[in-house]
Amino acid sequence: MEGKLTVHVDIVSAEKSIFSGLAELVSVTGALGELGVTPGHAPLLTSIKPGVVQIRKRGGEEEVFYTSGGLLEVQPDCVTVLADTALRADDVDEAAALEAKQTAEQALKERGAEFDYSVAAAELAEAAAQIRAIQSLRKKRK
Amino acid sequence: MAVGREIRTKIKSIRNTQKITRAMEMVAASKMRKAQDRMEATRPYAQRIRQVVAHLASAHPEYHHSYLIEREEVKRVGYVIVSTDRGLCGGLNTNLFKATVAAMHAWHEKGVEIEIATMGRKAEAFFKRYGGNIVAQVDHLGDAPTVQSLIGLMKVMLDGYKAGKIDRLFLVYNEFINTMTQKPIVQPLLPIAPPEDQKSEKAIYWDYIYEPDAKELLEALLTRYIESQSFQGVVENIACEQAARMVSMKSASDNASDLIDEFQLIYNKARQASITQELSEIVAGAAAV
Repeated sequence: MEGKLTVHVDIVSAEKSIFSGLAELVSVTGALGELGVTPGHAPLLTSIKPGVVQIRKRGGEEEVFYTSGGLLEVQPDCVTVLADTALRADDVDEAAALEAKQTAEQALKERGAEFDYSVAAAELAEAAAQIRAIQSLRKKRK
Repeated sequence: MAVGREIRTKIKSIRNTQKITRAMEMVAASKMRKAQDRMEATRPYAQRIRQVVAHLASAHPEYHHSYLIEREEVKRVGYVIVSTDRGLCGGLNTNLFKATVAAMHAWHEKGVEIEIATMGRKAEAFFKRYGGNIVAQVDHLGDAPTVQSLIGLMKVMLDGYKAGKIDRLFLVYNEFINTMTQKPIVQPLLPIAPPEDQKSEKAIYWDYIYEPDAKELLEALLTRYIESQSFQGVVENIACEQAARMVSMKSASDNASDLIDEFQLIYNKARQASITQELSEIVAGAAAV
């Protein structure tokens, strides 16, 4: 087993690191089908489908991870899986974008309670500063 | 005793305030630790994706994505501003807005228009009053934000860039240096500058094998790269918020202690004075009889 080549594998998602270590073989489901990546693979960039990432570690031990899609980068000496934390689809992203826009437009239209609150808070801070100034003046005069 | 009552109520009310600020300080301290852990946890992804983008920049791709091309003429720029939802965190937001306004001012002088996307309610309130063109906004991200909650806002800005509505995109957030220090940062997001640590002397012409095709993949990769950068900014800003709140609440508690001491002294003096006065009145009365 010692003679077998290994490649450094990192599986990360935006919120945490899932796996980092050496492996003999990485199998993932790419956009165009199953992929088995061995050490010394040519540079490759592909998107991966939601599913299982299987890693054969040094010594033959297997480990399995689930990802909800993402990207796979292969370099001769390292393999990186950039896992998504959420399912991504164009229409879902579009909906989220629209929502962010609408929130901004709505907030501009209505200058409601929240806006008044921030103004009041600013005034309060000003008043408090004035009081502090007066107090320190009094102290000096004593 | 009429003299003492006013001061005593005042002391009591300050003491109540102090209890609140103490509690907030402790809550912020524990939240800060969690936020710091989260910051650590999100770092690997940001590092890895930066590495991939660096590889990409040193490769010779057949397809050039618009995110990587610097535009000569700048007509309009975009700012994504990360702020907190709640106040009581010292000068954190104010310093950030000052830095942003300074950066914007430089563009204004060149006659460049500005589009703003805000995260957090404080930025929204400030730039509405300051007068900015807010095109997208998210708030209530909470203590543990998800990348998902940022996707929409970033898409608005990225689409704007692709459509040529904005020619540069910046991210503004607070960098967590340590508990006492947070530094506002204006970070350029688009166009993506090639990372400095790349080995430019790579003589071999190589390119990735793209599956399915380069355009789609680069789009996905670069979008995620931008999102991860901004997510990192948001997470860092939350750690800053908690740290700043902890420090400012601590100083508020200390100030309350000082005030209480002062009032206590005044109260004692007043009490003593009134006793002395009463005594002298009694003595004077007795002498008159």
